[in-house]
Amino acid sequence: MVGVANVSRIEQQSTVHGTEELVINMGPQHPSTHGVLRVILKLDGETVNDLDCDIGYLHRGTEKIGENITYTMFIPYTDRLDYIAAPSNNLAWVTAVEKFFDWEIPMRAQYIRSMVGELSRIASHLLWLATHALDIGAMTVFLWCFREREMVLDLFETAFGGRLTVNAFRLGGLHEDVPDKFLQLTQEFADLFPSRIDDYETLLTNNRIWLQRTRDVGIISAEDAMDLGLTGPIIRGSGVRWDLRRAKPYAAYPYLDFVVPVGENGDIYDRYLVRIEELRQSTRIIQQCLEQLPGGPVTCKTPRTIKPPEGEIYHSIENPKGEFGFYIVSDGTTTPYRVRIRPPSFINLGGLKKLCVGQLVADVVAIIGSIDIVLGECDR
Amino acid sequence: MDMALEIAVAAIKIFIVVNVVQLVVAYTIYVERKVIAHAQMRLGPMRVGWHGLLQPIADGLKLFLKEDIIPDKSDRIVFVLAPVMVLVPALVVYAVLPFSATFYITQINIGLFFILAISSLGVFGIVMAGWASNSKYSLLGALRSAAQMLSYEIFLGFSVIGPLMLAGSMNLQEIVHAQSDVWFVFYQPIAFIVFFIAAMAETNRAPFDLPEAETELVAGFHTEYSGMKFAFFFLAEYANMFVVSTVGIVLFFGGWDGPDFIPLPGFVWYVLKLSVFMFVFIWLRATLPRYRYDQLMRVGWKFMFPLVMINIFLTGFLKYLFL
Repeated sequence: MVGVANVSRIEQQSTVHGTEELVINMGPQHPSTHGVLRVILKLDGETVNDLDCDIGYLHRGTEKIGENITYTMFIPYTDRLDYIAAPSNNLAWVTAVEKFFDWEIPMRAQYIRSMVGELSRIASHLLWLATHALDIGAMTVFLWCFREREMVLDLFETAFGGRLTVNAFRLGGLHEDVPDKFLQLTQEFADLFPSRIDDYETLLTNNRIWLQRTRDVGIISAEDAMDLGLTGPIIRGSGVRWDLRRAKPYAAYPYLDFVVPVGENGDIYDRYLVRIEELRQSTRIIQQCLEQLPGGPVTCKTPRTIKPPEGEIYHSIENPKGEFGFYIVSDGTTTPYRVRIRPPSFINLGGLKKLCVGQLVADVVAIIGSIDIVLGECDR
Repeated sequence: MDMALEIAVAAIKIFIVVNVVQLVVAYTIYVERKVIAHAQMRLGPMRVGWHGLLQPIADGLKLFLKEDIIPDKSDRIVFVLAPVMVLVPALVVYAVLPFSATFYITQINIGLFFILAISSLGVFGIVMAGWASNSKYSLLGALRSAAQMLSYEIFLGFSVIGPLMLAGSMNLQEIVHAQSDVWFVFYQPIAFIVFFIAAMAETNRAPFDLPEAETELVAGFHTEYSGMKFAFFFLAEYANMFVVSTVGIVLFFGGWDGPDFIPLPGFVWYVLKLSVFMFVFIWLRATLPRYRYDQLMRVGWKFMFPLVMINIFLTGFLKYLFL
């Protein structure tokens, strides 16, 4: 009852003084909306009363393009979805299409797929940490993270030629075996990287200002997160141990030993800790892949034209940002009848309103950063 | 005749100080870019001149030549006046700063009070800029700025009371003389901590740079400014950094006075101490994230305010007992 009385008094005051909500348009050209996200904020002073997301500025009709080209030709298009971690998208597409067939993918290819998938997770999380810290004002972390991301991109270049849009995998395995130099450089990177993670943590993890900015801000409970269909580090930050690498293992993950980190409170800080631990676990996975890497061929025998049998299939993998899935309907021809993408960023962005209402403007940029969206896959 | 001579000497001194200040400010920006760059494993400006030494000149020239945009919907007079309102108080304060035992523009008995009074005028310019721009981001930035600077002025004002009680004078030269044996920072550590934090907030420096938090408010109160008007805000910010650093040196670190066993001119001591102060400012900017608006206020009113009050009581009590 006290609350109701207060509200009515505030309403009375606002009519007397003629105050109204301040509507602020944030984006699509705003430094902290991570691409072309547009957020319309309704503010009471500095508090967010309501918010609305306007997306679609990067819509390229990827799903429709998928209906018109062959299964192999669509692989480079997946690069452009989550362009921060292109090999992960390739992996999702090739494993989805391979599910139509009963091909025996060689173990060497599987291990390299897992390894490159984890490298792309590192690349993605590094970009997230860099920009997230910059949003909260720590600018040195930004450049330190880019230094290591550059090393990962160099690794991609050594193995596949591309840096950002990598086009790493093919249906049935790899295009060709990775050069020895790649394995050697990856080993060097995996040995070096844990100490660099320590460096980032020195600047942030126990920093009082960082703690004040991230703890108990943007909390989402495990139930809410599940109801909204959030996946990836967000739901793990809320304490749900849900990781498709464990739940529905693909590539070489059944043979690899790693821990799925979870948080407790579901605030920004927990998501930060989860991602930092994922960086360490990814490095561990890469080390194991390098140790266990078997020899042999990297591609299985595949037909010249890929014609999946009539039917439909859904397959998803654990992308750096969450569950990234493809729903493919095949009519038995060389092109899919329908391609539907399940983009983690789009669905995770659905939680933004729940996270932001009642917080301050400064928290909105921190929360957008902690969701870790990429508009390429959100708008498709 | 004497009076004319005095005015001429003062005019020359003002001319030197203002011009030197502008140049030094420009090069402080260069130093800041270099120091932060090296903290972040990169080189910073390298192209213009040897190791980018001419970069500040090039930047200044660029700002001069830039198109000066006044938004259509802005309040033109206030919009033009605001940068002046910010820069002029920042420069006027230099009138009483003691650069060495002999080099200062003027010396007044209420020097410290004069500095506090004049430098607090700067906030009007910022509010004017935010309001006249007629932009929501500018307005939010200006409101934050006003709240921040007004609150932290109070702590800044209270934190200097401790050293004042010890020196027994508001004349900056006499405060320096009072520290010829021991620097006041050893008598007044609490006051110094509060002073330093308040000084960072007062000059809108990281981690208190919320009024111009570029990742939230684009550029805060000067979002709509370009060209020389923008440069005025920039110069004022750095000029203010020099002022608070100088006041800090005078109050807590013996001003231009150095230990006797190292014979260096007063001005050199002053420059050395100033460099250390500026380096710490830059270093903090490279290291720390940014506070949130409400946290900034909480730190101020719930932590620094009681602390500085206790310090004043303690100083008075101990002074009564021992002196």
